[in-house]
Amino acid sequence: MTPADLRTALRPAGLVTEQPVGRSTAWWGVMLFIATEGTVFAALLGSYFYLRFQHGVPWPPDGIAQPDLRLPLVMTAVLVPSSLPVAWAEAGIRRGRRWQVRAGLLATLVMGGTFLGLQGMEYHENLREYTVTTNVYGSLFYVITTFHGAHVTVGLFMVCWLLAAAGRGGVSARRPEPVRVVAYYWHFVDAVWVAILFTVYLSPRL
Amino acid sequence: MPSSTAAARGTRPGPEAMASLTRHWAEAPSLRTWFGTVDHKRIGRRYLVTAAVFFGFAGASAVAMRTQLAGPEAGILSPREYNQLFTMHGTAMIFLFSTPMLFGFGNFLVPLMIGARDMAFPRLNAFGYWVFLFAGLFMWASVPAGAAPNGGWFAYVPLTDERNTPGLHLDVYTLGLLFLGISTTSGAVNFIVTALKLRAPGMSLNRVPVFVWAIVATSFMVLVALPVLNLDNALLFLDRRFDTRFFEPERGGNVLLWQHLFWIFGHPDVYIIVMPALGIVSAVLPVFCRRGIVGYPLIVFSIVAIAIISFGVWVHHMFATGLPQLSYGFFSAASTVITIPSGLQIFAWLATMLVGRIVVSVPFLFVVGFLVTFVVGGVTGVMFALTAFDQQTTDTYFVVAHFHYVLFGGAVFPILAGVYYWLPKMTGRMFSVRLGRWAFWLVFVGMNLTFFPMHVSGLLGMPRRVYTYPGGLGWDPWNLLATIGAYVVAAGLLLVAVGVVHALRRGAPAPDDPWGGDSLEWTTSSPPKPYNFPVIPRVHSLHPNWDPRTVESTGPGATEDRILAEGRTTLCTSELDGRYERPVEMPEETRKPLLAAVGLLMVFLGLLLAWYWVAAAGAALVIGTLAAWLWPPRRTPQEAGVAG
Amino acid sequence: MAGGEWAGHRRPLAPVARIVGCGLLVLLGGCSGGAPSTLDPAGTGARRVEGLWWLLFWISVVVFAEVMALLAWALVFRRRPDRRISRVEPTRFVVVAGAGVPFVILLAAYGVGLRDLAALRQPESPPAVTVDVTGHKWWWEVRYAGVDGATANEIRIPVGEPVRVRLRTVDVLHSFWVPQLMPKTDLIAGKVRETWLRAERPGEYRGQCAEYCGLQHAHMALQVVAQPRAEFDAWLARLAAPAATPDSDAERRGQQAFLQGTCVACHTVRGTAATGTVGPDLSTLGARWSLGAGAVPNDGGHLGGWIVNSQTVKPGNAMPPQPVDAAALPDLIAYLESLR
Ligand code: HEA
Ligand code: HEA
Ligand code: HEC
Ligand code: CUA
Ligand SMILES: [Cu+2]
Repeated sequence: MTPADLRTALRPAGLVTEQPVGRSTAWWGVMLFIATEGTVFAALLGSYFYLRFQHGVPWPPDGIAQPDLRLPLVMTAVLVPSSLPVAWAEAGIRRGRRWQVRAGLLATLVMGGTFLGLQGMEYHENLREYTVTTNVYGSLFYVITTFHGAHVTVGLFMVCWLLAAAGRGGVSARRPEPVRVVAYYWHFVDAVWVAILFTVYLSPRL
Repeated sequence: MPSSTAAARGTRPGPEAMASLTRHWAEAPSLRTWFGTVDHKRIGRRYLVTAAVFFGFAGASAVAMRTQLAGPEAGILSPREYNQLFTMHGTAMIFLFSTPMLFGFGNFLVPLMIGARDMAFPRLNAFGYWVFLFAGLFMWASVPAGAAPNGGWFAYVPLTDERNTPGLHLDVYTLGLLFLGISTTSGAVNFIVTALKLRAPGMSLNRVPVFVWAIVATSFMVLVALPVLNLDNALLFLDRRFDTRFFEPERGGNVLLWQHLFWIFGHPDVYIIVMPALGIVSAVLPVFCRRGIVGYPLIVFSIVAIAIISFGVWVHHMFATGLPQLSYGFFSAASTVITIPSGLQIFAWLATMLVGRIVVSVPFLFVVGFLVTFVVGGVTGVMFALTAFDQQTTDTYFVVAHFHYVLFGGAVFPILAGVYYWLPKMTGRMFSVRLGRWAFWLVFVGMNLTFFPMHVSGLLGMPRRVYTYPGGLGWDPWNLLATIGAYVVAAGLLLVAVGVVHALRRGAPAPDDPWGGDSLEWTTSSPPKPYNFPVIPRVHSLHPNWDPRTVESTGPGATEDRILAEGRTTLCTSELDGRYERPVEMPEETRKPLLAAVGLLMVFLGLLLAWYWVAAAGAALVIGTLAAWLWPPRRTPQEAGVAG
Repeated sequence: MAGGEWAGHRRPLAPVARIVGCGLLVLLGGCSGGAPSTLDPAGTGARRVEGLWWLLFWISVVVFAEVMALLAWALVFRRRPDRRISRVEPTRFVVVAGAGVPFVILLAAYGVGLRDLAALRQPESPPAVTVDVTGHKWWWEVRYAGVDGATANEIRIPVGEPVRVRLRTVDVLHSFWVPQLMPKTDLIAGKVRETWLRAERPGEYRGQCAEYCGLQHAHMALQVVAQPRAEFDAWLARLAAPAATPDSDAERRGQQAFLQGTCVACHTVRGTAATGTVGPDLSTLGARWSLGAGAVPNDGGHLGGWIVNSQTVKPGNAMPPQPVDAAALPDLIAYLESLR
């Protein structure tokens, strides 16, 4: 920081940190919606731990093997970085670059779709060992992961919707809201996956 | 962006501006707009009427129950009928009456109190109403079908699993509450955003009416508590329909998980019910004491404190289930502490009365009724907070007495106060004072006659949820008194209904401000015009209507940037201090919310009856409608300002 | 705070408090006998809680009176149109009266409550008798540890001694509650719960299931009979022995009918071929206080009605109507009544 910068920063105008304009109603709406969805997941994962500790050892019960980590880690490697193209698309819309929005969203679509495909493969494996009705462990495993998968699916629907709408000029530098809304949602779905990875796949090994 | 001080003064809206406002906001009286309206006032009134009808159903169930319990070994209701009726009574009173009724008040009042022209998301608001209506009908329809929920309003497993209660009963319960939850959640989001963003300029947080604070705090509680109930119900539905094992001990499940999840929701829920009602008290009481409420910051603090602490007391509903002693100590302490903010509010109201000049009008009578009964219910609540005492009285009529004193006293009395207080604003008609006073005394006397004896029968060992009881155990006289009381209450409530109809038919036209109220709803016409305010006021104090500067800001001090007659617009202001940000466009009437709600109805009916293809079709309808609903308007690239 | 005096056994003010309290509440039933009243305790646990109740009751009366007095004052004196509206903000009054004073009161009450809770946890001396109670929809199966025999809906205990009660359920949740002896203990599916009873004086104490358990939750009562040790021991010996053998011809014919009927599929009569476990053990039926967990009194008329169609007296209970020959019924009744 040069002295000149410092002087600028210390001028009264530089000390005014308040945003000139607060958040939009859409921003608040989405944030609250995500907060309440997040609570569902929190309660679901909380139930996992409650049931697990009330159950006692061994966990997983009934001779079910510890969850295999290979595929889930690949899934993580696919899903978590998929937030990047979304963020890139969002940056693009602020500058009015519609192609950047499209490219970013398409990348997300591919990554999210791959994730779902991998999840299908994992189910295919696991269903041979236990199903949702086998015992409480099976119920937890499938319900938690399916519920998350459903959120990924909804997110993909939203991305498709956005791709269609972006083509018609519905989103623009002056109306970046739809892109931002979808981006927030996608980041949320991503973050939840990390929590699920820890709860369902890693925590039984602790 | 124009700031109001810079704009020209003295621009009271002229006739063209008024005509333009009417053109943009009025809805032609047609069937189309009836189904498509997004006006928060119409939606609010619908909430109120629909909730009142459900109240009537739930109350009628209660009267039937009381008739059966009038004497020992009565055979008026079979156990099968009784168990469905008491479950529907509790479930409907909690979910289909209290919260929607108060949301109805919120819907009608929040935009008016904060000086906005509608809710932040008017279409979501309409959607919320339709979902509420359909979910309510969905649940009540099960009663004539003989398949009503019968597991009690908290539906403990394993009684409610597929093995112990086959049939649709509990599927109606789980699906009905999930369905309804969508409405409540969207309503809560809408309230918060409205109160944060659409307040009139100048309405900083310390000038927000207590009622609005209460609705916002309630909405936050809804957003955190309701997901837990939804999860609980989803798991139960999965256990029942798809044989998952969450609640099945033989397969590693746990029956107490249900109780924990239910009460993590359930306890906050009782405050979700009572807080907006206390907000009504804080709105009505000062007006009839002719001065501002004492201790506004204390009251707001109490509201926030209750909203937070209420998430830490749920185990007091599980004091007999054998959790570790240490947790009982903690939850008992938290339950004791939560009385402090309630005490603050009670004494703030008393202080307001003691320093004001009281006018005993009909709404005020109901406020007094509230104070008397709520304290009785509150002190018995404190008794339960002590684990040892609760273990003796839990699941007896003593608990039934407690929660009716807090629910009837704490919610129904304020609701009735609100009905009388805002009736002139909502309908433009005055009510008959004589009818109102009669109604009050009948309800007040009847209510105490119904529920006070239950303390005694509870202490004498009478458990709750029994469809009959043996004579000669000392319970008979108390039950008879309670039954007589129930009929008196019913008569009183009937008089309330008669009073409302009478006002609508015969009532004198209401002036804009019949009570000399302090908040902004009294500055508009009765009933308000579709656009609420010809000029969005500039707020200078907590009591805008008693404050000449605020009044001036809508008269001679009106400015263009607050008239906003071009288009269907209202104002966005900053979240904390209510500074002017920008006008925003509001959506027009549309039937898409109705269509989406119909889609949801198909989803839930399909799930209930295991017609999964109907559910899938419904889901497709919902998704399609939402996609179209949110479809951005077409713009040319120039307008949009994009490059390729 | 004289908490101990309120909650303990000896309270000098208790009689006064009780009389005034009864007057206030007009607790007719509570102060007279007959009711399974929490205010008429006969057991150590219930007596603790009774003490706590009177403490809480008086706190409540005082709080309520205070609020009503202020309310009345305001309604009487602040109503006249010539009253000047005060501009002062009495916030200090609000904080002190609404938060400060309640906090002190509540802290004291909380302390007493914790002490009582701790006292409910265990009896002072270790129990010598253990009862195993199992909840069924909608009756109580009662067994004694180390005793091969069972009864239903009736628990006998030696007076003055602590008795351990182990609680299980085979189906849904129930709650074990004898108001005059001990607060509730919920029966949780998948768990074994424990509580204890100690009756201070001999007598019969009505109890009832206190957790909603479905259709006939209303008819899931039980009775605790506290007797002198000798009587109790004799009764327990009777329970362990084979059931009474028929004395008369009628009873013998009744036994025949019983053993040849469907009854044996569900009921046990010790010493006979009847070893069913779906329904209550009938080996000592004749000496029990009721039929169907308090649904009807135990006498010949009701017994016949119960056997032929118990669904009319206790709709939905797990015993189907029995196609007993009208001629054989009196014999069957005679036999069952002889099982004492
Ligand atoms: C509007 C709803 C409402 C409200 C406001 C309350 C308020 C309170 N409730 Fe209640 N409660 C219910 C609705 C409500 N409750 C319902 C529906 C159930 C039963 C559910 C079921 O089983 O079906 C229940 C059950 C219930 C239980 C479980 C009983 C059981 O099943 O065994 C407990 C236990 O702690 C409890 C405690 C309290 C407490 C401590 C308060 C406190 O918030 C009360 C605070 C208020 C006051 C105390 C009065 C004003 C204060 C003063 C004047 C200050 C001075 C006071 C003192 C010094 C005491 N409630
Ligand atoms: C807000 C909540 C609320 C309200 C207001 C009431 C009101 C009443 N309740 Fe109840 N009640 C509950 C919530 C409520 N209740 C809950 C949660 C339970 C627990 C359920 C369970 O155990 O699962 C319960 C349980 C319960 C029981 C215990 C059942 C049992 O354990 O076996 C009883 C028994 O007497 C009872 C009675 C009554 C009576 C007589 C009224 C009366 O006050 C009703 C009076 C109302 C009417 C008679 C309707 C008249 C209306 C009109 C004429 C329309 C006019 C309308 C307007 C314009 C406003 N209720
Ligand atoms: C399908 C099983 C079944 C059959 C068969 C059956 N019972 Fe029962 N019985 C029960 C059950 C279960 C109860 C407890 C019902 C309750 O109280 O809810 C019961 C209760 C009773 C009681 C009351 C016991 C008490 O302590 O309250 C008597 C007496 C009785 N049965 C007699 C008979 C006789 C006699 C027969 C044959 C003619 C018979 N039962 C056949 C299941 C059966
Ligand atoms: Cu068993 Cu209620
Ligand atoms: Cu609670």
